[in-house]
Amino acid sequence: MPAFMNLIQLPTDRNIRYLLVILAAIMALMAISLGGTFFSLSNLQSMSSQLPLLGIFALAMAVCMLTGGINLSIIATTNACSLVMASIITQSPDSGLMLMAALAAGLATAVVVGLANGFLIAYIGVSPILATLGMMTFINGLNVLLSGGSVISGFPDVLLFLGNGDILGIPTPLIFFGTFAFGLWVILEHTALGRAIYLIGSNEKASRFSGINTQKSLVYVYMISSILCWLAAIIMMAKFNSAKAGYGESYLLVAILASVLGGINPDGGFGRIIGIFLALVVLQALESGLNLLGVSSYLTMALWGGILIVFIGLQQYKS
Amino acid sequence: MLELSKGSISSLLKHHEFYLALLITLLVLGLSIGTEDFMTLGNIFDMTVSSAILGIMACGLFVVLIAGGIDISFPATAAIGQYLMASFVLANGGNFAIAFGIAALVGITLGLVNAILVYKLKVPAIIITIAMLNVYFGLLIYFSNGEWLYGFPDWFMDGVEVFRFTATDGYDYGLNLPMITLLVVVVFTSLLMNKTRLGRQIYAMGGNADAAHRIGMNPFGLNLFVYGYMGAMAGIAAVVQTQITQSVAPNSLMGFELTVLAAVVLGGTSMSGGKGTLLGVMLGVALLAVLKNGLTLMGVPSYWHTVLTGLIILISISMTALNEKQQAKQEA
Repeated sequence: MPAFMNLIQLPTDRNIRYLLVILAAIMALMAISLGGTFFSLSNLQSMSSQLPLLGIFALAMAVCMLTGGINLSIIATTNACSLVMASIITQSPDSGLMLMAALAAGLATAVVVGLANGFLIAYIGVSPILATLGMMTFINGLNVLLSGGSVISGFPDVLLFLGNGDILGIPTPLIFFGTFAFGLWVILEHTALGRAIYLIGSNEKASRFSGINTQKSLVYVYMISSILCWLAAIIMMAKFNSAKAGYGESYLLVAILASVLGGINPDGGFGRIIGIFLALVVLQALESGLNLLGVSSYLTMALWGGILIVFIGLQQYKS
Repeated sequence: MLELSKGSISSLLKHHEFYLALLITLLVLGLSIGTEDFMTLGNIFDMTVSSAILGIMACGLFVVLIAGGIDISFPATAAIGQYLMASFVLANGGNFAIAFGIAALVGITLGLVNAILVYKLKVPAIIITIAMLNVYFGLLIYFSNGEWLYGFPDWFMDGVEVFRFTATDGYDYGLNLPMITLLVVVVFTSLLMNKTRLGRQIYAMGGNADAAHRIGMNPFGLNLFVYGYMGAMAGIAAVVQTQITQSVAPNSLMGFELTVLAAVVLGGTSMSGGKGTLLGVMLGVALLAVLKNGLTLMGVPSYWHTVLTGLIILISISMTALNEKQQAKQEA
């Protein structure tokens, strides 16, 4: 048994054990209060189609937090990408070529923002909170300015499928999320860049003196974060069937909550993708369950914050 | 003599405040020449009133940042203080002393909760206060059902006005409640941070928490004070906002935290604590106010405001960062 546990590396991580306990508690509560409704196929499906968007935002946040940074511009970047893509697609909704061009343009937007953030933080030396806060304000302004604050809608079915469809009963957004989460896991745990990310988070100066190109690595980190925003943009515009400046702003803080709940150390250096995944399941189970029970979404919002505080308290108490 | 003046000019050039003041002066000059309405008493009056809330909250956040912390939850603190204050005034009447008292007390209480959590949990303050922002706002909107409050008594609607006079443009002006409050708060914060032992201790703790602890300062007490102070400022700003808008909407302050943070860091306050001046913060607030006002007067569509604000923040923080880098190099 220990060998097996070692193999999947679960119990070595206290965070993950706590999350599993919390998750079990929520499941038990929901089973008692809601019976079968909570575990019905339709609820599980709706949960798994809602989870990916927050999940991608959490990944975009977490990868920056691993280096001891933060990215406050994720929602603004996402809206910028979706506005760029939407305005290109709607030129000619039926053309496959146009769709490709739109996706490419969205990706290019994300890369530019990521480069800008990375440059400010790594080369100019601005603190990540400030750099991404300024970037957020700037991009939000550009979004409203260039779109005139209007809604862009009318997308082809192919795009809508990416956000609302399913393959063999699995929602497509979940497949996307899974793929990218796996990709990020590979980068973090099996590449030199991943090693560098964890080292920078632990001690940036020491990493630099030991020969890691910290500046270049940081630029990559903020690029990865932005590229995840591009993915979120595709899902978001498909889900809402429209693009508009100011969509999804409430996700910003929740993404930070999900990352920290998932065991990402905000000072950098520690945390794993599997933890974030569990944290997302916890948050989503809680939200869907309370929603089924008819509890106000604002109370849920308060509960999320409360759970994070309790969770951090638990960690401190133990150590 | 020559040496001295040279020294003072070069030390001036090292200061962030100097560049901010220069930028504001240029903006003001340009606007005075470019538009007819900028340099009028009425406009300056309006500009001050509309940036009073920003200024008051900036004073609170400034103190927290100097101490090496950060508070993102204060708009929620303010909203709760505002809601309780308004409910009390609507039910029982009262006066401004009671209104400010209730709101500030609520703010201080919630601020102390933040301080205790930040200190005891030893997790970056930004995480704790983001979580608490969710808790406070979630609970407020849940219990208030998001309902607006209005129909305040006359004394509240009329506010306070002193030194009233009629200007040449035919309108009446005087120091009103937002201006008086802003003035009092700024003077008080300035005295606190520059002239008292407590203020020096806050700077010291932000500069080097370990050293401050070892020479016998009480970091927990200082933490309680700065977050409590932020809460009080949030409560006071909330009363002013209610008086200006004559109504209370539970979500009206949502998202304001980042604007205040922008104003404070624009003024050169360091995010890592210990460095920054209140003068800089006030210049940051003034810059944002003049910029917004100027763009409106010049008929620039409001869409441009955020873009330019963002651009100025990015340029300003980059300059600060480059400056610090250079100084670090010189010292090394």
